[in-house]
Amino acid sequence: MKKRASMRKKNRENAAYLFVLPFVIVFLIFSVYPVLRTLFLSFTEYKGYGEPVFNGLANYTRVLKDKFFWRALRNTVKMWSLNIVLQLGMAFLLTIIFSDIKYKLRGLAIFRAVYYLPNLIAATSVAFLFKTLLDWKYGTFNQILLATGIVDQQINWLGQRSTAWAVIGVIQAWMWFGNSFIILMAGVQGIPTDYFEAAAIDGAGRWKVFGSITLPLLRPILLYVAVTSLIGGLQLFDLPFLMNGTGGPSTAGEPGGTLQTVVMYLFKFGFETHQVGFASAIAYTLFFIILFVSIMEFKFIGGKED
Amino acid sequence: MATKIKRAILYIALIILGLMCLLPFWLMMVNSTRSGVEITHSFSFLPGHSLKDNWKVLFDYVNLFLGLLNSFKVAVPATLLTAYFSAITAFGMAMYNWKGNNVLFRVIVVFMMIPAQLSLIGFYNLCQKLHLIDSYITLIIPAIASPGIVFFLRQYTKATLSKSLMEAARIDGASEIHIFHRIVLPIMAPGIATMSIGTFIGNWNSYLVPLILLNTPKKMTLPVMISTLNAATDLQKNQGAIYLGVAISVIPIIIAFCFFSKYIISSISAGSVKE
Repeated sequence: MKKRASMRKKNRENAAYLFVLPFVIVFLIFSVYPVLRTLFLSFTEYKGYGEPVFNGLANYTRVLKDKFFWRALRNTVKMWSLNIVLQLGMAFLLTIIFSDIKYKLRGLAIFRAVYYLPNLIAATSVAFLFKTLLDWKYGTFNQILLATGIVDQQINWLGQRSTAWAVIGVIQAWMWFGNSFIILMAGVQGIPTDYFEAAAIDGAGRWKVFGSITLPLLRPILLYVAVTSLIGGLQLFDLPFLMNGTGGPSTAGEPGGTLQTVVMYLFKFGFETHQVGFASAIAYTLFFIILFVSIMEFKFIGGKED
Repeated sequence: MATKIKRAILYIALIILGLMCLLPFWLMMVNSTRSGVEITHSFSFLPGHSLKDNWKVLFDYVNLFLGLLNSFKVAVPATLLTAYFSAITAFGMAMYNWKGNNVLFRVIVVFMMIPAQLSLIGFYNLCQKLHLIDSYITLIIPAIASPGIVFFLRQYTKATLSKSLMEAARIDGASEIHIFHRIVLPIMAPGIATMSIGTFIGNWNSYLVPLILLNTPKKMTLPVMISTLNAATDLQKNQGAIYLGVAISVIPIIIAFCFFSKYIISSISAGSVKE
């Protein structure tokens, strides 16, 4: 009897192995192998064909000394920073407005849906839409600005160094603030209303409530938003690749290389000039930078808890 | 009274922000019905009469419906594979004790944090070796292994499924796979549906990977096809046709959003809230 029970248990275990097997096989081939393969290639010289030749840390020293890599990183961080400040600022403001117990605003579901809409559209479509709307001579955006008298001359939004990067940052914020708002709002809705009511009875003001109840309790969610936004933001590719000042898709990041991001730089070597080993080293260097900054974010935002 | 006025001001501000989200799409639709000359001369918030001409200019250059079809051919099977195999993997991990379960879970968590660009070069290299460049297989099959979805569904299964229910089915003599298909899958369905919408949109909008893997123009998915639009000088002369092209790529998503917005939004909040 005991033996039969253990047989059945064994059968169940085998069934479980069978259930996860397809996932594990595909995962090993298409997720684990490529990551390890990139690591291997980063220690070699490889032109995309033939055999990779081992060359130690040469690719990494080249990355670290390459001023264009650092420029690409600076560009990426600059665009991401503007984006994250605007995006989180808007999301916080909206969260405060909608969670205010005095105003009790309605229509959260509709506003939330409208604010989220830009996030659903493919970045390629967003890029083309804004590239055409922001056209220097004939773009609708400049026409509106001229007609309303905000400017007296068309602005070359994507053609000059001073504005192009900011345009990308603002569009990214436009695409993502609704997403952050939904996540923060879900977090606030998870906070028991007693807290807010107790604070109201104690006569705490709006900002006081926000500072001493909402913000501390939202910390884990804020951390989630910050880390995911960083991982996504430092991989910025589609928008600057398609919206650069030269016309067609390009990794040059015109004007003046100010739109060239790290992944565009990686793409240039990996798929255009075929210095695959170097491109792999760029990928891993970026990974370590992301890892380092994520750990910092955990330290600063995560605080003492856990 | 003061509260009322403040509330009104807040509503107006919220509506203006909403208009800022919608205005670019409205201008896109308006401009896709106006001629290139009209667009370059002035702006308008009302449609024009050149939709037909723009349509002809655009489709003389590229058949966007082919792109739509190709995107469907990739996104639909990829989404179905992700849904089914993520569910069965999550079930196997959540409801059974077996050696290696914890190790697999940890690996999945680690891979959720790894940025996609880290595997890009190795992935392309693998596809080259397998002679699968320019094939949809490499865009579809990897969907079987989606760590993030498995992670979510594993938590979901743990929260919604009881072991006693499975015991009852076993006593009735059902096999394990039968239990999964007949009992577990229907219970997990809401969670799977929520995740599937996100998966579908992700596949639908994907650009970088199809860009490097597909060479044949006829095989290109919609985002890749859209990105070739400004290579045509005919189109550059007629912004109306470019707006129309973008509109064709955007409108299906907007329509889908009108139906599924509730699920889409709940899937975003679900991803962030811990157990």
